[in-house]
Amino acid sequence: MTAAQIADDLLILVVLVDLFTLASSRLGTLIRTVALQGMVLGVLPLVAHPGELTVRTVMLATGSLALKGFVFPWLLFRATRDEAVRREARPYVGYSLSLLVGTVMIGGSFVLGARLPLPFPAVSSLLVPVALSTTMIGLFLIVSRRKAATQVLGYLVLENGIFVFGLTLAVKMPTLVEMGVLLDVFIGVFVMGIALHHIHRNFDSIDTSELTSLKDEP
Amino acid sequence: MILALVLLPALAGALAFALASNRARRVLMVASAAGHAGMVVFAWLLSPAAIGGWLKLDALGLVTLTIASGLFLASSVYAAGYLEREGRGPRRDFEEGTLFADAPERVFTGCLLLFLAAMTLVTVSHHLGLLWVAVEATTLASAPLIYFHRHHRSLEATWKYLLICSVGIALALLGTFFLAVAGSNSGQEQLPLVLGDLIAAGPSLNRLWLRVAIIFLLVGYGTKMGLAPMHTWLPDAHSESPSLVSALLSGALLNCAFLGILRVVQVSAAASDRAFISGLLVVFGLISMTVAAAFILGQADFKRMLAYSSVEHMGILALGVGLGGAGSFGAMLHSVNHSLTKGCLFLVAGNVLHTYRTKSAREVHGLLRVLPVSGALWVAGFLAIAGSPPFGPFLSELVILRAALDTGRNWVAAVYVALLAIIFVGMSAIVMRMAQPAEAGVDLPAAAGGEAASAILPPLALGAAVLVLGLYVPPALSGLLHEAGLLLEAYQ
Amino acid sequence: MGTLVRPELLLLHALSLAAAPLLPGLIVRTKALIAGRTGPPLLQGYSDLWKLMGKGAVYSDVTSWLFRAGPVAGLASVVTAWCLLPSWGVSAPLSFAGDLVLFVCLLGLSRFLTVLAALDTGSSFEGMGASREITFSALTEPALFLALATLARATGATSLSGMLGGRMTHAWGAAGSSLALTAVCLFVVLLAENARIPVDDPATHLELTMIHEVMVLDHGGPDLAFIQYGAALKLWVFQALLVGLTLPVRTGGLLADAAAFLMGMIILSMVIGVVESIMARLQLSRVPQLLIGAGALAAFGLILTVR
Repeated sequence: MTAAQIADDLLILVVLVDLFTLASSRLGTLIRTVALQGMVLGVLPLVAHPGELTVRTVMLATGSLALKGFVFPWLLFRATRDEAVRREARPYVGYSLSLLVGTVMIGGSFVLGARLPLPFPAVSSLLVPVALSTTMIGLFLIVSRRKAATQVLGYLVLENGIFVFGLTLAVKMPTLVEMGVLLDVFIGVFVMGIALHHIHRNFDSIDTSELTSLKDEP
Repeated sequence: MILALVLLPALAGALAFALASNRARRVLMVASAAGHAGMVVFAWLLSPAAIGGWLKLDALGLVTLTIASGLFLASSVYAAGYLEREGRGPRRDFEEGTLFADAPERVFTGCLLLFLAAMTLVTVSHHLGLLWVAVEATTLASAPLIYFHRHHRSLEATWKYLLICSVGIALALLGTFFLAVAGSNSGQEQLPLVLGDLIAAGPSLNRLWLRVAIIFLLVGYGTKMGLAPMHTWLPDAHSESPSLVSALLSGALLNCAFLGILRVVQVSAAASDRAFISGLLVVFGLISMTVAAAFILGQADFKRMLAYSSVEHMGILALGVGLGGAGSFGAMLHSVNHSLTKGCLFLVAGNVLHTYRTKSAREVHGLLRVLPVSGALWVAGFLAIAGSPPFGPFLSELVILRAALDTGRNWVAAVYVALLAIIFVGMSAIVMRMAQPAEAGVDLPAAAGGEAASAILPPLALGAAVLVLGLYVPPALSGLLHEAGLLLEAYQ
Repeated sequence: MGTLVRPELLLLHALSLAAAPLLPGLIVRTKALIAGRTGPPLLQGYSDLWKLMGKGAVYSDVTSWLFRAGPVAGLASVVTAWCLLPSWGVSAPLSFAGDLVLFVCLLGLSRFLTVLAALDTGSSFEGMGASREITFSALTEPALFLALATLARATGATSLSGMLGGRMTHAWGAAGSSLALTAVCLFVVLLAENARIPVDDPATHLELTMIHEVMVLDHGGPDLAFIQYGAALKLWVFQALLVGLTLPVRTGGLLADAAAFLMGMIILSMVIGVVESIMARLQLSRVPQLLIGAGALAAFGLILTVR
C-alpha cells in the first residue's frame, strides 16, 4: 500500500474514534479511545513521510506516542479514581443528537476542506477535512458534556485535531516548537488533572453543572 | 540580555519552590522583581541584541514588557505585606462561613515568578510558534494563582479560566498553523513563522489562508485578552483571585495576549490586508464595550465591576488599533494608562476587602473615613479609569476618538462616546456610594493598626504615575509609543 | 436488464426461493451448537411451513380485510423486492436504472402492511410492537439509503444488479475504506430489519420485550406460513446484499461464482448466529443510538466517496 493509502486509512480511523467519543458514555472507554487516537496520530508522521525518516521525526513520534498513549490516560485515570464519576451523566446534548451533529460537522468540514486547497502537496487529501472535523467535534464535546473529565477529553480531541493539521507541515516546523507544543499540552493536562482531583474532593462529583455559584445577579 | 530577562524570574521561581523560609521567599520575590525592572530600564537605554531572529525586543514588546515589569514590582511589594497578613492555618470564608485553607506559599510565590518569566517570553518572542508556547505557559502559571484561597468558588473560577483559555489558545495554535500555510508559497525551505520572515514575505502571502488564520488567531488570542463574547472567564477569575493577582491579570496578562494579536496585525499590514483585520477589531471592540457597559450597570460586586471595566478597556484597545493611524498610537498609550490605573484600583480593592470583609459594594460605606489613603485612591482611580481629566486615560481615549472622527467613522465615534458615558455613570453610582459617609446607625469596621505601608505605597506610586501621564508624557515614552504605533501600520 | 431466458438462471432463481427458509434454521442451529445443545434439524423451517399450511386460521370479529390481506400482500412485496436483488453471482431477474429506490420502498411497503394488519387487531400488544418497529425503521431506512447511495457512487451504477456485479471488485480497490464502512452499516441494518439480537430477540415471548414477534401474534395457519416465509426471504435478501458487497467473486464461470455465493451465505448465517450468541439484547433506549451510529458510518462512507 502506498504511503497515501496508509495515511488515508489512519485518518479515517481518527474520524471513527471521533464518532465513537460522541456516542459513548463510559469514561474509561472514552479515555482509552482518545488515547488510541493519540497513538494513531503519533504513528502517522512516520508512515506519512517514509522517505524522510530522521532521528528527529522518530523522536517526536515516540514522544507523542508515549505522552498521548500512556501518560495522559494515566493522569486521567488517577484523577477519576472514584468509580462513581466513571459514567457521564445526562449530557446537555443527548447521544443520538450528538452523533447527528457530529456527522453534519464531518460533512461540513469536507465542504470547507474543498474550499481551502493547500498551496503545496500533502501526503493525503484527507488531512484538512479530518483536522477541521476533529477540532469541531472536540469543541462540541467540551460544550455538550457535563462531567469535567469529559471536557478534558474534549480538549484532548481538540488538540488532536490541531495536531492533524500540524502534520501537513510536519517536515517544515522546527523541532523546538513542536516540542514546546507537546510540553504545553502535557502540562495543561497535568494541571487540569490536579484541578479535576480538587473538584472531585470539593464537590463530591465532577459534574460541572454544579459549578454555578459565580454569576451576576441583576 | 534578552535571555537574562526571561531566565531571571524563571530561576527565581524554581528557587522559590525550594526555599524553606517564607520570609526568605518574600525577599527573593521582591528582589527578583526589582532586578527584572532594573534590567528593563537597562533595555530602554541600550537596545539589547536580537537572538537569531527568534527573540527580539522591538518597540511593541518593550511597551508591554515595561508595563508588566513595573506592575509586577508594585504587586510584589504589595504581596510581601499581603502574605504576611494572611497568616497560616484554616480561615473562615466571610461569604459562606465555611472553613478553607490557603495554598502553600511556595506554590503561590513560585508560580508568580514563573508567570513573570512566561510574560517576558511573550514580549520577546518573534517566532509565532514560540509566542504561542509562551502564552499557553502564562495560562498554566497563573491558574494556581487564582486558586490561592482554596474554596469551591475559586475552584470554579480556576476551572473556567483553565478550560476556556486553553481552548481559546488551542484555536490560536490552529490559526498559527494556518498562517504558516499562508506563507508557504514564498519558496523557502522551512515554512516561515518568524515575524521578520512573514513581514518580508508580505505581498506573496496566500490571502485566503491569511484571512482564515486571522479569524482563528483573533478568536484565540482574543479569548485570552478578554474580548467579548469570549470574556466569560474574566469576571469570575478576577473576583475570586487575590487582588494582586487580579491586578497582574488585568494589567499585564491581557496586554500580553493583545501583543499576540498585534503581531498578526503587523503581518496583515505587510500583506496589504490591514482592512480585514481592522474591521474585525472595530467590531470586537465595540461589542466588548457594550457587554461591559451592560454588566457594569447595577453591578453588586466591586471586584467584578473592575473586571468588566477591563473588558471595556480591552475593547477600547482593539478599537484603537482597528481604527489605525493615530488610533494605534492612542491604543499604545491607553494600554500603559489602563494597566497602571487598573493595577492601582485592584490593589486598593484588596485593602477594602481586607478591612470590610465583603465583596458587595452595597455593604461598603464610609471608605474615606475608615481607610483615608485607600479611599482617596479609590475615588481617584475611578475617575481615572472612567476617563475623566486630569488623568492619563482621558488623553488616550481622546486620541482614539480623534482617530475615529478623522477617518470619517462618525457612527463608531458616537457609539464609543455613548458607551463611555454609560460606563461612567454606572461606575460612579457604585464607587461614590462606597466612598460616602455611612448613615447613622451603621457601624464601620476599624482598620486594624491603620493602613500598612506595603498596602498603600504601591497603589500610591501607580496612581501618581497615572496622574503624571495625564499632564505630561515624557518624550522618551512618547517616542517609543509612536514607534510601536508605526509598526502596526502598512509598510511603504 | 435481464430476463429469465437461460434455463440455468431459471434454476438458480428458483433455488433461492426454495432455499430461503434454510437460513433461519442455520442461524438457530449455530446458536444451539454454541450453547452446547444439538438444536432443531436444518430443515425444520420447511416442516413448520408445511404444518402451518395444513392448519386453519381463526379470525377475530374486530378485524377487517386488512388483517387477511396483510400477510399475503406483505409476502408479495418481499418477493418483488427479491426480484430486484442479484444472487448467485448473476444478475437479478429484474433490473433497471435506479431500482435501488424501489427496493427500499418495497421493503418498507411490506413492513407497512404488517404494521397495518397488527394495528387492525386493536390489541395493545400489537400496537406497542408496531410503534417500536416504525421507530426503528425510521432510523434504519435512511441508513439503508445512505449505504446504497455509497455503493452507487463507488461503482458508478444505479441498479442493484449493476452495483453488485463485476464493478464491485474494481470498486474495492478504489474506495475500499468507504465500502468497509458501508458493510458494517449494512450488517447492523440486517440485524435490525430481521429482528435479530442485539435489536430484538426472535426467541422471546415476553410481552414487554417483543418487537417483531408481537406484531404477528394473532395470525395463524396459512397467514403465519406466509409471514414466516416472508421473513426468511427478507433475511435472504439482506444477506445476499451483504455477500454481494463483501464477496465480489466474478471468475466468469457460473458454477464457481454460485459456489462462492453459497459459501458466503452460509458463513454469514453462521456469523449472525455467533453474534446472537455473544451479545445480549440492547436496552430499548440504546437501539436508536446503535442505528444512528450505523447511519453515521454510512454517511461518512458516502462523504469519502463524494469528495
